[in-house]
Order: sequence, then C-alpha cells, then structure tokens
Amino acid sequence: MSDVTSQNQSWREWLTTDAPTSRRHARLANLYQGWLTLRANSMAMFGLGILLALLLVALLAPVLSPHDPFEQSLGNRLQPLGTEGHILGTDSLGRDILSRLIYGSRITLYIVALVALIAPVAGLLVGTVAGYVGGWTDTILMRITDIFLAFPRLVLALAFVAALGAGIENAVLAISLTAWPPYARIARAETLTIRSADYISAIRLQGAGALRIITKHIWPLCISSLIVRVTLDMAGIILAAAGLGFLGLGAQPPSPEWGAMISEGRRFILDHWWVATVPGLAIFTVSLAFNLLGDGLRDVLDPKDGSQ
Amino acid sequence: MSLLEVENLWVRFPTRQGIFDAVRGVSFTLERERLGIVGESGSGKSMTGRAILRLIRKPGIVEADAIRLEGRNLLDLTEPEMRKVRGQKISMVMQDPKFSLNPVMTIGDQIMEAYLLHNNTSKAQARAKAIAMLEAVSIRDPERVMRAYPHEMSGGMGQRIMIAMMLIPDPQILIADEPTSALDVSVQRQVLDIMDGLVKERGMGLIFISHDLNLVSEFCDRVLIMYAGRIVEVCDADKLHQAKHPYTQGLLNSLPRLDQPKKHLEVLKRDDAWADGESVGGS
Amino acid sequence: MSASDTNQERRRRAPLFPWIKGTLLTLGSIAVTMLGLLFVTFVIGRVMPIDPVLAIVGERASQSTYDAVYEQLGLDKPLIVQFFYYLWDVVRGDFGMSLLNARPVSEDIARVFPATMELATLGVFVGIVLGVPLGVVAAVNRGSWIDQIARVVALVGYSMPIFWLGLMGLLVFYGVLGWVGGPGRLDIFYQDIVPTRTGMILLDSALAGEWSVFRNAFSHIVLPASLLGYYSLAYISRMTRSFMLEQLSAEYVTTARVKGLSERAVIWRHAFKNIRVQLITVIALSYANLLEGSVLTEIIFSWPGIGSYITTALLSADMNAVLGGTVVVGLIFICLNILSDLLYRVFDPRSK
Repeated sequence: MSDVTSQNQSWREWLTTDAPTSRRHARLANLYQGWLTLRANSMAMFGLGILLALLLVALLAPVLSPHDPFEQSLGNRLQPLGTEGHILGTDSLGRDILSRLIYGSRITLYIVALVALIAPVAGLLVGTVAGYVGGWTDTILMRITDIFLAFPRLVLALAFVAALGAGIENAVLAISLTAWPPYARIARAETLTIRSADYISAIRLQGAGALRIITKHIWPLCISSLIVRVTLDMAGIILAAAGLGFLGLGAQPPSPEWGAMISEGRRFILDHWWVATVPGLAIFTVSLAFNLLGDGLRDVLDPKDGSQ
Repeated sequence: MSLLEVENLWVRFPTRQGIFDAVRGVSFTLERERLGIVGESGSGKSMTGRAILRLIRKPGIVEADAIRLEGRNLLDLTEPEMRKVRGQKISMVMQDPKFSLNPVMTIGDQIMEAYLLHNNTSKAQARAKAIAMLEAVSIRDPERVMRAYPHEMSGGMGQRIMIAMMLIPDPQILIADEPTSALDVSVQRQVLDIMDGLVKERGMGLIFISHDLNLVSEFCDRVLIMYAGRIVEVCDADKLHQAKHPYTQGLLNSLPRLDQPKKHLEVLKRDDAWADGESVGGS
Repeated sequence: MSASDTNQERRRRAPLFPWIKGTLLTLGSIAVTMLGLLFVTFVIGRVMPIDPVLAIVGERASQSTYDAVYEQLGLDKPLIVQFFYYLWDVVRGDFGMSLLNARPVSEDIARVFPATMELATLGVFVGIVLGVPLGVVAAVNRGSWIDQIARVVALVGYSMPIFWLGLMGLLVFYGVLGWVGGPGRLDIFYQDIVPTRTGMILLDSALAGEWSVFRNAFSHIVLPASLLGYYSLAYISRMTRSFMLEQLSAEYVTTARVKGLSERAVIWRHAFKNIRVQLITVIALSYANLLEGSVLTEIIFSWPGIGSYITTALLSADMNAVLGGTVVVGLIFICLNILSDLLYRVFDPRSK
C-alpha cells in the first residue's frame, strides 16, 4: 500500500520537475501542468465528466437501454414520463424514448467525430500550404476560404444537402464543407508566424524540404490552437446536425437522431410535451459540456485569449 | 505641515501562491520639491505613485497609517471626495503617451475635459485655456493640435500634451511615472526641461519615478531608493555618491562615469538581506 | 521654406492614390467573393441529382419536347457558357421559375423577404438593447455575480438548439400561459385588413393606423423575436465584455481616472467610445447570423419568411427556389460585411 503511494509521489515529482531530462519528459511535464490547470477549473471538469459519461453510454448502449429503440408498440404510444418500464415515456409509435436517446448518443458522437476529423484536417492542409508557399497560391486559397466564409453556414449546408441528398453522411459532409474555413485561417496565421522563425531557417539550411518542414515542424505547432477551436466548435456542430435532423435532412427515420426526435415530437408538443422536450435537453446538455470544456481548454492552451 | 506625508504604506495583491506585497511599509514626506523615487522594475515604485492617488484596482489592497495631503488623510475620503483630489490636487503623467491618451477623442476634447471637470466655466474659456496650456508646453500650432487625434502626434509631442492635460487644473503635486522612458533620447531632455520649468514656476511638488539613477540625481532634489517594495536609502541628490546602502552603491558602480573611467563596470550583486528589515523613513 | 512647402503639398496629394488603390482592391475582392458565391451555387445546381428538364416537362413528355426544353435551358452548351448564362440571369435578378408554383423565384423572394427582415431586425434590436449594457456591466464588475450571470446566459445561448427553445417557448407562453399569439404572423381574423406597403406587418399596420392589427401582429412576433434576440444577446454581450475588458486595462483609462472623472464617465465616455467601432462589426455580423438563424425559427413559428421558403422548396426539390434564396441570403451577408467595413472607416479616426 505504502509502496503504491510512494510510487505515485515519485511520478508526480517526475512530472512536475523544473529540469526535464529529455524532450519527452519536458513534453509530458508540460501536459501535466496543463492538466493541473484544467483540473482546477471545475466547470471544465464538469463538461469533461458529461462527455465521458456520454461516451460510456454510447459504448454500452445495448446493455443500458431497457428496450429495443426501434420496437413499436402502437397500443402503448405517447405514454407520459415515469410510466412503468418507460421512465421517459414513449413516442408516437410507442417506442421507448430513453432507449432511443441512448442509441441516439451514438449518432451524435458519430457525426461530431467525423466532422471533427474532416474539417480541421482540410483547414490545416489549406492553411499551412497557403501560409508556407505564399504568393499566388496563398491569394487563391485564401480567396476560396473567404468565399466559403461569406456564406451563411446553415443555408449553405442546406443547399449542399439538397444537392447531395438527405442522410447522415451527407449531413456530415455538408457541415464539414461549411466548417473548414475558420481552421484554414487559424492554420495560415500560425504558419506565417512560424515560417519566419529562425529555427525554421536553420532546419531549411540543414536541407529539409518543404514537405518535411510542414509536416514535422509546422503542423505540430498548429495543433493546440486547432484543438481549442474544434472543442469550441463541437457545440455548433451538434446544433447544426440536430438542425438538419430536425428539418428532415440529416439522419432519416426510424433512426433515433435527437434532432429528428424533436421533429417527430413537435406535432404533439401541446398535449404530449415530453416527446420533444427530452431529446432537446440531451442536445443542450452535450453541447453545453463541449462549451464548458472548450472554455477551460482555451485557458490552458491559449492563455492570452482567455476570457477569464 | 508637509505637502504630502505617507506613513507606512503597504500595497498587497492576492495571488494563487498567496499574498504578494508589492509595497512594504513605505514612509516619506514631500515638500514643494522634486523628489525622485528610483528602483528596478518590480520594486514597487509605480505602485507607490498609484497608491497615493488610490488608483490600485481590485483585487489589490492599499493599507497605510496615513496618506496626508496638507494634513488631510486621503484614506478617509469617500470616492467622490477623492475624485476632487485627483487631477485638481494631485496629478500623474504616465510612461507612454501612445497608450495614455484616448485614441478616439481629439486632443482638444481631452485637455478641455480635464479643465471643465474642476472649473465651472464655459467651453470657450476652457478652449482658450487649453490652447494657452499647449503653448506653455511649447507646442506649435496649438489650434491644429486641438483638432488632431493622438495617433497623429509624435511621442515627444504626446508627452508634452499629457503634461499640459495634467497641469491644466493647476494641481499641487505631479507624479511623473517614468515620463521619458518611452521617448526617443533626443526629445527626453526637452520634455524634462518643460516639465521642470512648469513645476518650478507653479511651486508644485514633484514625485519623479524612474529606473534611471543618473537622470534622477541630476533632476531631483532628493532621492528615495526602493528595493523589493521597501525604501532602502534616502539621500540628497547631490550627495548620492556618499550613499551607504550596498544596493545604491552597487547601482552607482554599475554605471559608467566620465570622471572615473573604469575598464570593467561592476555587475550588481544582490543580497537577500536587503529585502528584509525595516523601511527607511523618507522625511 | 520651399522645402516645407513641397512637403505640405506632398502631404495633401499623397493620400489620394493609396485611397483609390485601396478602394479598387476592396471592390475587386468583393466582386471576386460574389462571383465565387455564384459559382458555388451554380455547381450545387449542376450536381443535383434532379433532372431540371424532367422537372419541367414531366415524366410522360415525348423525347422531342424533352430535347426542346433541354436546349431552351442551355444545357447543351459547355458548362462555362452555362455559368455565364446563369451569371447574366442573376445580374438581371432572374432566378428562374419556381417549379412548385410556376412563379418567378425573384417575385417570391421579394414577397417573403420583408417578413424575415422584420423578425431579424427586431431580434437584433433586442440583442443590442440588452446585450451591450450586460456586456459592459459584466466587464466592469468582472468576477462578480452579475458577470457570472452574464456568462451563464451566454453559455446557455451558445448551447441551446434554437428550434427546441422555440418549441418550448411556444409550449409555455402560447400553449400553457396563453400570453402570446401562436404560429404565423397574424390570427386569421386579422389577415388581409392592412394593405401591403413595406411587407412588414408591424410597419404596415402602424402606417394604416390599424392598431388592433398592430397589437395582434405584435403578439405573434414577440416570441420569435425574443428568441432570436436571446441568441444575438448571447453573442453581443460576450463580445462587448471582452472588448471592454481590453479597454479597461488600457492606460488611457487610468489617465481618465487621474483626471478625477467619475467611474461612469470613465466607462462610457472613454472606454465605451473605444469599442463602438468594434461593436458595429459585431452587430452587423450578428444581424447576418440572425438572417440565418431565422431559418429554423421560421419553421417553428410558421413564419412566412425566406428561411421557410428555402426549406419548403428544398423538401419539394424546387432547386431554382433553393438556389435563388441561397444567393440572396449570401449576397446580403456580403453586403453587411461591406457595410460594417465602411462604418469602421468612418468612425475610427485611426483609419483615416
């Protein structure tokens, strides 16, 4: 027992040292410092907690959900909250709302993860290339970025979905297409400052090519500002996805996507309010969690911009 | 009765690591004279100046036995009463006119505002007074400058405008907080001479805060040396070379002197003991 | 003497060239952005899985009719030529016919747009009137309970699905409490009383002096406008707060305090004056966002504006209407950006 505590002690010492012994040591110590700052921010930890819970719920959906989310039971439709066996009631087709919520978390995470993979990577590519190469390439790429920024995002996403057809994958694509320009801007700005740094010149003198400089030296430095931005954007992505689902352009029935669930419940809002209310609360909770975590991360990774 | 008496002044800031004492029990008096406060950055000299005006913002805490202006304890005044002291009795010129002038107000408006606040007169009269004041700080074409915005001015002009603005309500004390540090060397002298002339002419008290020991000894009557929030030594400016405290001696030895050329200038060696102990009274 | 004369002359003449160059560059970049926007909508229109010819002639038309329409639409020409046709049409304000009701899309948009504008304007008004003071007070009393409240208000605003909040609002204020009018712009009883002049019912009914209509219209618009207002309040108050914090730590604020100014004068006459220009940009942006946010809000409140129009068209695959609406909203977006840029130049003495 005491062995374990002393082991913990030395780990902590190793992580909080002033004199790191290697590059990896320094990086880990840095991360640990950031983690300590983040942990001190109770709101951010609250957000992180909700998101971990969401992840768990999505993973264990078959175990946790009391019913099959697609199983209809017309005799049992529109049951109110607290009904025996259906704590959150049932919807217009008699499906258990709680089970649908639990399975819906998978869809939400799926959408968020895909957009969070596509948009920042696309933005990073465009931004670093524009910033590093400069000249005409920069002008043209940034002009394209500006054009996409000039569109109202939801309307552009609507038009894309209209062209591509409704469905989750197309919704993801449409949201990504409207979400990448800010990342490109950030990545370009970072690249411009890094590019002119002396150590980049030194690396170049050693014979490193553009590809190596961008991938090995510029990308890693852009990551932290991109992560903050992605986390803060997650809420917006969730809301956009839910909005598309609500309009019937995202996930298609009978899929238990939360936005689509609100849309179904909307017809009964005056008499059976819970059908639309509960999934809305779920959306709200998750995007709030992302916002709280994003705020905290911004304070850790980008202190100059901290709103605290 | 002295013009200004500061007794046992403390300025504290709560931080994550605990309470940080920026100024630790400083006492001094000011007559109608030029008093220099010298110290390195972080020694608490600027905080002392701001604490006198009660301009330390929350969460900073100012404590003192008394800060007496002509016998009246400023710490007992209400905030509205204190506002009548600021500008009218005690004024302050800050380091960089680029930041200390409001960028979106014309210079004329800013100077007139200072005058109108403390004098119940017409705008036309305030305007005439402002122009006269600009002339007093050797600004050519004051009519044009009145209409101009701060970004159109050079640093030296900006600082002279700042001096005009701070002296227009006719205060008794001027606190000059590093007034020339941000200026080109070529105009520092000119700005100092203008300030000196006006202060003498009006019989004001001047607190000159600077890190530049040479400048202060040349320009002031008396010098307070601050280190780590305390006054470590007080001496007359012309007797600075007889200074006893090792910190002051170290500062002096690290400066080049024409009359005693040296091969190597000394590097200041600090002693932790200087930070401890009682503050020296500056009266 | 002569040297200073030429100097002065140069000073008088020199600023003109950069100014013209700057204006031309700005105009050029605006033109490019607009072209790009049209190109994107054009591409979207072309990759549509819907056959525009079939949509016009119907499934059972003969091959010759089909070919005739195909040619008439210019679909036999190269893509680039088609794009220029499209450009020319848009420049003339021709977005084609709506496939749904066989009327010109431009007419439809002109009819529905005032409804959106009425809603968004009222919303952004609410956002400014409440959001700016909230942001200022939060910044001045940083860390106090009011700052915490402002933070929570903004966070909730950023995290709440607007369509859901609208539904809840309808449920509570219309369904349960009955304080406001339901979906739509007017109760049936009040419809078609007031002649359409501006297309904005509040304005039209006030102009006509029909106060009962005005009251009814107000009871209908108050909920969706407050909803949009809340969203713009969240954004505006947050931005105002961070701008103010930046200004309050500036040295000129200390100068103002040294002068002996009251805290109120320091805040409003000095610090606030410095954020006005930035605020204009934020407000313009927030107005643009509301035009977009109104898409979902209009659906919830059955508000016959451009958002409803685009969505309805979308669900019935009426591509001309969708693209027409998208182009119009996009152009307004760009125009608002230009406007805020212009105002920036007018109000900031440093930009001259």
